[in-house]
Amino acid sequence: MSNESKVTISLSVNGEPAEVAFMPHKTLLEVLREDLGLTGTKHGCELGECGTCTVLLDGTPVLSCLVLGLACAGHAVRTVEGMAQGGKLHPLQETFADLGAAQCGYCTPAFLLAAEALLRDNPQPTRDEIKDALAGNLCRCTGYIKIYEAVELAAARMRGEIAEPARESLYGHT
Amino acid sequence: MGTRKPSRVIGKALRKVDAVAKVTGATRFADDLAFPRMLYCKLLRSTEPHARITSIDTAAAQRLDGVQAVLTGRDLPIPFGILPVSQDEHALCLDKVRFIGDPVAAVAATSEETATAALDLIKVVYEPLKSFDSPEEAIAHPEPRIHDYGDGGNLHKLINLEFGDVEARIGEADLVREDLFFFEGNTHLPMEQHAAVAMWSPPPDGKLTLWTSTQTPHYVHRALAKVLELPAARVRVIATPNGGGFGGKSDPFNHEIAVARLAMITGRPVKITLTREEVFYCHRGRHPTLMWVRTGVKRDGAITGMHFRSLLDGGAYGSYGVASTYYTGALQTVTYNVPSYHFQGARAFTNKAPCGPKRGHGTPQPRFALEVHLDKIAEQLGIDPAELRLKTLVPPNSLTANYLRVGSMGLGTCIAKVVDGSAWKRKFRKLPLGRGVGLACSSYISGAGLPIYWNNMPHSGVQLKCDRGGGVTVFCGSTEIGQGSDSILAYIVAEVLGIDPFDIAVVTADTDLTPVDLGSYSSRVTLMSGNAALQAAERARQILAVHAAEKLQVPVEHLTFAAGRVFDTRDRKRGLSFAEAVQLAEAAEGTIGTVGSYTPPPGPGKYRGAGVGPSPAYSYSACVAEVEVDPETGIVRVPTIWIAHDVGRSINSASVIGQVEGSIYMGLGEALMEEMAYRGDLKVVHKIPSLLEYKSPTTLEMCDVITYLVEDPDPNGPFGAKEVGQGPLLPVMPAVANAVYDAVGVRVDEVPITPEKVLKALRGKGKGEEGRVGPKSFPDIPWPEPTRVPTPEEGGDGKAVERVHA
Repeated sequence: MSNESKVTISLSVNGEPAEVAFMPHKTLLEVLREDLGLTGTKHGCELGECGTCTVLLDGTPVLSCLVLGLACAGHAVRTVEGMAQGGKLHPLQETFADLGAAQCGYCTPAFLLAAEALLRDNPQPTRDEIKDALAGNLCRCTGYIKIYEAVELAAARMRGEIAEPARESLYGHT
Repeated sequence: MGTRKPSRVIGKALRKVDAVAKVTGATRFADDLAFPRMLYCKLLRSTEPHARITSIDTAAAQRLDGVQAVLTGRDLPIPFGILPVSQDEHALCLDKVRFIGDPVAAVAATSEETATAALDLIKVVYEPLKSFDSPEEAIAHPEPRIHDYGDGGNLHKLINLEFGDVEARIGEADLVREDLFFFEGNTHLPMEQHAAVAMWSPPPDGKLTLWTSTQTPHYVHRALAKVLELPAARVRVIATPNGGGFGGKSDPFNHEIAVARLAMITGRPVKITLTREEVFYCHRGRHPTLMWVRTGVKRDGAITGMHFRSLLDGGAYGSYGVASTYYTGALQTVTYNVPSYHFQGARAFTNKAPCGPKRGHGTPQPRFALEVHLDKIAEQLGIDPAELRLKTLVPPNSLTANYLRVGSMGLGTCIAKVVDGSAWKRKFRKLPLGRGVGLACSSYISGAGLPIYWNNMPHSGVQLKCDRGGGVTVFCGSTEIGQGSDSILAYIVAEVLGIDPFDIAVVTADTDLTPVDLGSYSSRVTLMSGNAALQAAERARQILAVHAAEKLQVPVEHLTFAAGRVFDTRDRKRGLSFAEAVQLAEAAEGTIGTVGSYTPPPGPGKYRGAGVGPSPAYSYSACVAEVEVDPETGIVRVPTIWIAHDVGRSINSASVIGQVEGSIYMGLGEALMEEMAYRGDLKVVHKIPSLLEYKSPTTLEMCDVITYLVEDPDPNGPFGAKEVGQGPLLPVMPAVANAVYDAVGVRVDEVPITPEKVLKALRGKGKGEEGRVGPKSFPDIPWPEPTRVPTPEEGGDGKAVERVHA
């Protein structure tokens, strides 16, 4: 539409070097989804309100709808597509799947990445610390509870503990 | 079928079949689809709440570089709508607009930016009409009419149903209590914005394919065929997994039809993804509802009669509104014994985004009213509210005054669970000022007994194919919206055939590939598609069993299907693998496939209006909320909710708990903060069409939830299963309201219970006024003569008394 022409940048995407050309007004969200084909990153508002487009930029959770693609030149972006390694799910992906922390699954990539960043900085978070870390991410399906439980379970396993879901989480209270 | 004993898969907390796709980002939602040469569609939306369209000039937009097509209402003149009785929508407004956000033109261009720029070049001249921002206004002014159909003026629908001699029965009561309540509108707010992609294969194919985030591909299929004048056989609708629905993706939508037509005109794929603001205009959410209730009770709490009135603010279109209006009166009778019952319901058109079905569809509003009303009655009678409810429970296997057939009924157990778990007896009326507990109950349908357009065909169908490698594919029209419907199909088939659910491929929600399922609404899918899957699987099992029995030389009835094997129950070593059983059957009979289908039992009511309310089974929930109310700020915090839900039987207990927790969450939002608010001054503008300003609970507001699953199997459910997706939401709002009263002694008789309202009630009480915030009157409505239906207790047969005309 405008007379802009594409720009090309180099960055690291999920640990691999990437070069991508895109219109310079595009957000990181748009570059990921439209120019890199990484549609695992979702959007709920494109105004920075819901957290659904969260990715990690140099390890820090950012709202990709508020970051310009251009600003990511030379930086490292991590998306949900990069979490499973060698055909094996990340421990957070395992526990989200086992506990039903993903219902419709639309907000899930964002929660997974925000939780991954939390656990890197704080391997044994309290329930309140988890709530604080995830307070910028909206989920309309789960009521967040299965997400907390999945983060706690993954945290325990990532610390090397042998941990299983609580019976009440899966079968209710008696 | 309900008595079948589950063993290996049913009831277990297994992973969902789509869990890995969802946690890896592999699930393809509608906006994740892209095709070569794809165009992008944008809709121009009305800036007037109510106006005639004088002219639309699209010439400049059409000339813009990159614009491939522009449509206006004239291009799509055939009306549509979800209900046969309210085909009142157009893909693009024809002659007038009815709310701010109503689409008037559609553009397809080579980029989203170009399409957006083209919208600015379209000139629409409006002739404004008087607009209405409330049902009271709409009733007061029959002209100008928002629609030229309905029950007079701006009243869309009026209902007046009387079961038994209600006034006489209320006259027998020891206490008669009247209350008024208001339930503010709120919206679904799915995290995924609606999106759709259309593709056209030109003649001689003449075939349209639409991928769309819909909960009801079958109804979208019908609407597209109608509006586009295409044979249904040349329309294929594929519902992509929904990124949340909650009822908000249950109508056929303007944008789906617009992209379809644009694809036909341009011959290129056309995609639209709504902005978050546009999702607020699609709405179809909870109707704002004013309610009046008058109930007679005996000293022991037994209800003698109830008279209930509701007035719904329908917004600008019909949507599901006629059904919603009936639902505000239908389910008052299935929890507590109401021997005589009078329901009057009205729905008015207003110039706001159209209301429709949100989780609980028309029943959360009256449930809020009824459960708070009962709390007040219990207090007046000096009876504990839990005791009052336990004394008046509807018995299982009974027929209500309005002819709803109740099957299994676990509400008593549910109440006992939450009363125990929450230490209710130690807390109720005993906690210090600022802390309180409240109790409420509810019930919900496990699917509507009748389809939207009446017919004699099944509501759900399943096809099943057995592969000689031992895999099984299940085909069903049901739509995965996050509730786990794909998994339910796999679990049920796996249980019957004794195989691993992950050896089953599930193909759903594609009108070309899958038999019809009516859609993911009214909590119908587990019961209905589950029963269809059960029938298909049992038929396949029979075929396989015959040939396995012959090979193994054992009687068919001695065979067990389990752990991927078919074997002699008395000699487990004597058996075959499941794949070998398929191969034997295939060699003998050819390709192995079966079908199953489900049609609900006919409802016992035969009066006009009896179509809304009947269900194969009713779920039950009881809830205790504990609250902390700050008397200085009016802020209500909810630390814990205890909920017990009678789900009949869990197909997957973890999924059931997930639905319960999600329902509590959504109910908490409705109780405390969520509201569709409009500026009612000059124009009826939505105040807050954004995720930031439309307040919904974050992790910081969400309460702890203690869930108890009560399993009272219903003979109509697959393995006894009943619904869970909607019912547990219903008691949350009244439980919180009742708890606020227990905490600070004021009644907020409307939701959301905001700090402002709590403070206002507290200040009023401080000044010696009634400590209450809520509606003060119910407007006069020109009700039609009641349809009188004698109750079963009176010897009625479900039919209305013939009206004698003088």
